[in-house]
Amino acid sequence: MASGVKPRVKTPKKATAGEAFTIKTLISHKMESGQRKDKKTGELIPRSIINRFTCEFNGTSVIDISIEPAVSTNPYFQFDAVVQEAGDMVFTWYDDDGSVYDTTKSVAIG
Amino acid sequence: MEFSRRETIALGLGAAALTFMPFRVDAAAEEVIAAFTGGADIGEGGVTVTAPEIAENGNTVPIGVDAPGAAAIMVVATGNPTPNVATFNFGELAGAQSASTRIRLAGTQDVVAIARMADGSFIQASAAVKVTIGGCGG
Amino acid sequence: MGMYLLKTTAFAAGLALVAGSAAVAGEDSTLTINGDLTISTAAAAPSHLENIDEVVSGWLFRTDETQSLQMDDFDNPSFVFVDIGIDLWEAVDGTEGKSCSSCHTDGPEEFAGLTATMPRVDADGNLETLTEIINRERVEKMGAEPWKYSKTKMASLTALIGLQSRGMPVNVAIDGAAAPYWERGKELYYTRVGQLDIACSGCHEDNYGVMIRADHLSQGQTNGFPTYRLKNAKMNTTHARFKGCMKNIRATPYAEGGDEFKALELYVASRGNGLTVETPSVRN
Repeated sequence: MASGVKPRVKTPKKATAGEAFTIKTLISHKMESGQRKDKKTGELIPRSIINRFTCEFNGTSVIDISIEPAVSTNPYFQFDAVVQEAGDMVFTWYDDDGSVYDTTKSVAIG
Repeated sequence: MEFSRRETIALGLGAAALTFMPFRVDAAAEEVIAAFTGGADIGEGGVTVTAPEIAENGNTVPIGVDAPGAAAIMVVATGNPTPNVATFNFGELAGAQSASTRIRLAGTQDVVAIARMADGSFIQASAAVKVTIGGCGG
Repeated sequence: MGMYLLKTTAFAAGLALVAGSAAVAGEDSTLTINGDLTISTAAAAPSHLENIDEVVSGWLFRTDETQSLQMDDFDNPSFVFVDIGIDLWEAVDGTEGKSCSSCHTDGPEEFAGLTATMPRVDADGNLETLTEIINRERVEKMGAEPWKYSKTKMASLTALIGLQSRGMPVNVAIDGAAAPYWERGKELYYTRVGQLDIACSGCHEDNYGVMIRADHLSQGQTNGFPTYRLKNAKMNTTHARFKGCMKNIRATPYAEGGDEFKALELYVASRGNGLTVETPSVRN
């Protein structure tokens, strides 16, 4: 597991059924592109990125993003969701090294 | 085959362009796009890509894509050594077929968004981003 | 807005200098964070400044896109490091089995206002920086190793502590016991160094608002430090920034945490007296 990886998510605590709302996500990650060289040894630094991010609500997909090294350090995504009932929004980040980071936010209807 | 003087000059320019322009990179971008579309025709309109005209730092360039009714949108940085950036696959609960992120651009180039619509057709749009060679950043 | 506004603001400031009247920053110079914290990014220059009428935040010199990153704490990537700072605040380290929070039970909020007055002279008459205070506490109270001057841990904790002063006016003391350090810093600010033979003033006083290659020179204010830079995607301390400036003009940088940079930190901070603390800011 890469060190110091911290997911951050901003969702409204309450949503109106059928009305879109904005979600912002950010995870602290170096996003090592695999194209940089170690200044001391001259060797390529191996790629190590978050390669996929998903957001699901009560098991149904909101968005599923495949990510390449061209996404900046501390990858940030903003997108919209729409829900009909209360439930859990699950955010999952997949690391090249096999680690999976996730966080869950409850969304109420009101 | 004989070349007129004008044709020869044109050829020379072409050769110069091949030498100095990132032709290989453009071909790579085309390959990436073809892999997404399966070689299908790509239309215009119905998709927008938002990016700054001038990016202060190519390391972190905010971009947004929007294509109402799209199933997926792929973002390609045509001037990057590896042109793929990200593909947004919109689920059933997407509130809009739009998303924003921050990307790395190796230099001044076009950022292209290709949307795969629900009916399997493709549309694209692009935004030219000038990446400045910075001063001191302060 | 953004750097386009700046052309106008800086140009107006330039005209104002010629005209000998105070430059007036437009309403566009207001930075609003999270929709409710209003920060004025321009102020009348402190009286000790002889050649500038108005001091302006580096935020004004940035593009709309970079500016907007600082207008919402979620969009601001510095908060990744503020979060790291919160973890460090709670982390037990050293032989005494203590964390910051063991003694400072009211949380980092206890230090509201501190960063606005740093660096300052301690009871023994020595100029001290926030970084030095943290390391002294780590060694003396926690029995822990001091942190490197500008690395992630120190920059993250100083960002967390600096955040407690966000919105407050910069107000470093330059008189009394601070005076000799301030004079030393001023001397350094105006001394040409390096192969390019440039003093701090050559860029940040004489030419702010002017393009340097494709970039705008700012006044080099430190009211947003430590700052997240798009260039290296991490928190940057004042001393690391000074070092970068010196390398840019092909000078041999002074040591981070050394007497020269400490004096310079005081003097540069005092040039922003009256500006508002923006820590943790976003720059390019």
